[in-house]
Amino acid sequence: MSEEKKMYRVSSNPHIRSGWTTSGIMLAVIVALLPAAGYGIFHFGPRAIAVIAVSVAGAVITEGIFGLCCKKATVTDLSAVVTGLLLAMNLPVSLPLWMAALGSVFAILVAKLLFGGLGQNFMNPALAGRCFLLISFPKQMSDFSTKGFELGKRTWDALSGATPLAALKAGESVNVMEMIVGNTGGTIGETSVIALVIGACLLILLGIIDLRIPGSYIVSFSIFVILFGGRGFDPAYLSAQLAGGGLMLGAFFMATDYVTRPITVGGQYLFGIFLGIMTGIFRIFAPGAEGVSYAIILGNLLVPLMEKVTRPRPFGYRKEGNAHGK
Amino acid sequence: MAKLTFVGGIHPYDGKDLSKDKPIRDILPKGEMVYPLSQHIGAPAQAIVAKGDRVLAGQKIAEAQGFVSAPVFASVSGTVKAIEPRRVASGDFVQSIIMENDGAYEEAPARSLKPLQDMTADEIRETIKEAGIVGMGGAGFPTHVKLSPKEPEKIEYVIANCAECEPYLTSDYRRMLEEPEKLVGGLRIILRLFPHAQGILAVEDNKPDCIRLLRKLTAEESRISVKALQTKYPQGGERTLIYAVTGREVNSTMLPADVGCVVNNVDTMVAVYRAVAEGKPLTERIVTLTGNAVKDPCNYRIRIGMSYAELLTAAGGFLTEPQKVICGGPMMGMALFDLNIPTTKTSTALLALTEDEVSAMEPGPCIKCGRCVEVCPGRVMPNYLATFAEHFAEEKFLEYGGMECCECGCCSYICPAKRQLTQNIKSMRKILLAKKKKK
Repeated sequence: MSEEKKMYRVSSNPHIRSGWTTSGIMLAVIVALLPAAGYGIFHFGPRAIAVIAVSVAGAVITEGIFGLCCKKATVTDLSAVVTGLLLAMNLPVSLPLWMAALGSVFAILVAKLLFGGLGQNFMNPALAGRCFLLISFPKQMSDFSTKGFELGKRTWDALSGATPLAALKAGESVNVMEMIVGNTGGTIGETSVIALVIGACLLILLGIIDLRIPGSYIVSFSIFVILFGGRGFDPAYLSAQLAGGGLMLGAFFMATDYVTRPITVGGQYLFGIFLGIMTGIFRIFAPGAEGVSYAIILGNLLVPLMEKVTRPRPFGYRKEGNAHGK
Repeated sequence: MAKLTFVGGIHPYDGKDLSKDKPIRDILPKGEMVYPLSQHIGAPAQAIVAKGDRVLAGQKIAEAQGFVSAPVFASVSGTVKAIEPRRVASGDFVQSIIMENDGAYEEAPARSLKPLQDMTADEIRETIKEAGIVGMGGAGFPTHVKLSPKEPEKIEYVIANCAECEPYLTSDYRRMLEEPEKLVGGLRIILRLFPHAQGILAVEDNKPDCIRLLRKLTAEESRISVKALQTKYPQGGERTLIYAVTGREVNSTMLPADVGCVVNNVDTMVAVYRAVAEGKPLTERIVTLTGNAVKDPCNYRIRIGMSYAELLTAAGGFLTEPQKVICGGPMMGMALFDLNIPTTKTSTALLALTEDEVSAMEPGPCIKCGRCVEVCPGRVMPNYLATFAEHFAEEKFLEYGGMECCECGCCSYICPAKRQLTQNIKSMRKILLAKKKKK
């Protein structure tokens, strides 16, 4: 070969790739969260925008600066935006903004980047951020009251602050219809079941999530409530439990987080059932009214174990063992 | 009835429309011919001609070495120019016989054969062996070895692999449409070796015309049936095909014969027919020349040994300069950096693409989305296996069933992080298989 010859590119097979990318998936999750975020802004007023913006900015800037230090442009994968947005959905609207920023910095820096960045964290970063804030600032994090606000023609009335779940625990009656629409107290993104389900449907249609975890979570939680809730099969109580608190947000958007849920099919069912039982225990037997965040975080810790016991049998493996095995 | 298929798999863009309606064209090589002595799995053949010898088309030029091996035949007439290492599609240098084509295409006399009905099973096997037939779907396993299981009477199914699940490939499709009687003839011959076997023509349901045609042709046959398979990659993989047709599972340490099956691809069956009924050795095959960079995508009947460069020039060349040229399909084919490579018994296609999707996408970290686990027909966990391979964690790799990977490429295709999953697992398997062999 004396002359210079044009050479074609080589690589190992396969030579084609599907259209989905990591950032594409993240973008879809962001879009799916928009109905709930939008409802939160509509319901709680413009301050919700500030909380969401600060939380997202805190996450993105932390990821960006860390990326600069490590010379890795990981911020473009949009995962920091998802974490910041999810955290904001889990914050009360009246939270001081610096706390929201602190929470998102903790979520990204401590729960994710220090463990090796995207894909390496064992705990859902947004939930880690929320639990960090819950433990550090319990008063502010459970203050769901809002000040009245007026913008143009629209007026937001001041809310007293009791969430439906707290009322339910205190033995008061709640309006389930209002809870499904989202016209109640709570964190920014958790109140509207309708908005959350619209977003979840989008993710299911796009094939990004499936019903294995949310389904087994909701079903096992319902069974737990019927058995141990003290009300037997009481549809009004059960639907209030299902629509209240962070259950819908948690089941469809937090428990389904790829990185921190089991990758095996069996493990996913196991994970959902575990979450259902733990949420039930926290809600019914613990002093607080909420339990989704802690249930999911505990579940996250057990993921390696769940994967281990549900590892699929490779195609063609026989019970007697295989020549390649040992 | 539920469609016959397997668990997992993908639906990539199939690109078959480019060439599926183009009838097979004959092409005669003019330039130098290269015959690698190892076009099959097993021991390389040994040259039985010397430099300067005149050789006729269809004349044996290299003899099989041992049982798992296959002879090589000249596909044109001419003079042996050299016997030297040449580069083949895999990138390796392989000892090859180089021939100057004299352009006369003078044929060696066909092997004189007994009529088919008088042949014994062993005579049929011997004829197939002497024709140099190997698995022409890409693997290149000597066919006579496949057809010689320890207990032939225990074979229950002879499956003709007519799935052609690999995107872009249409050579089997054209063969089925244009010469279905040769395919069925080949299957009939193989069925003579296995007295208790049923013959099954397993076709993906994206080829309804083939299914109709083959059903019509085999309507009177009690031992042959046509089965429609769901269109999905890798439906035509040997293990996935056996599972789809019979529900039986074969793992990496087993042979199809262990579950009573023998599988052969379309072109291989046709080659069997030509060898046993017509006395012709394996010197030609159908190659799909396709891709969006090719001027005139089409299916060609080529003489084995001509170079891809010559095939491409004869076919009108490129429309636009390709970024990537692949020998075989996009899922399991081998990328070529140069076209001066001989076609062999296992060359299914030449695919030229204007865009290289692999280099266009940088691999990122695994987000554990689980898509690779879902699509894996071997039901292993490619995300973990690839990581174990990167760290050379041999024990973990085996524990997680890494040897069950069939290297189909579904995981790399589907991965949103664009990780090189198949590549890593494949390299690890190669190392471990070599290690096992040494022991």
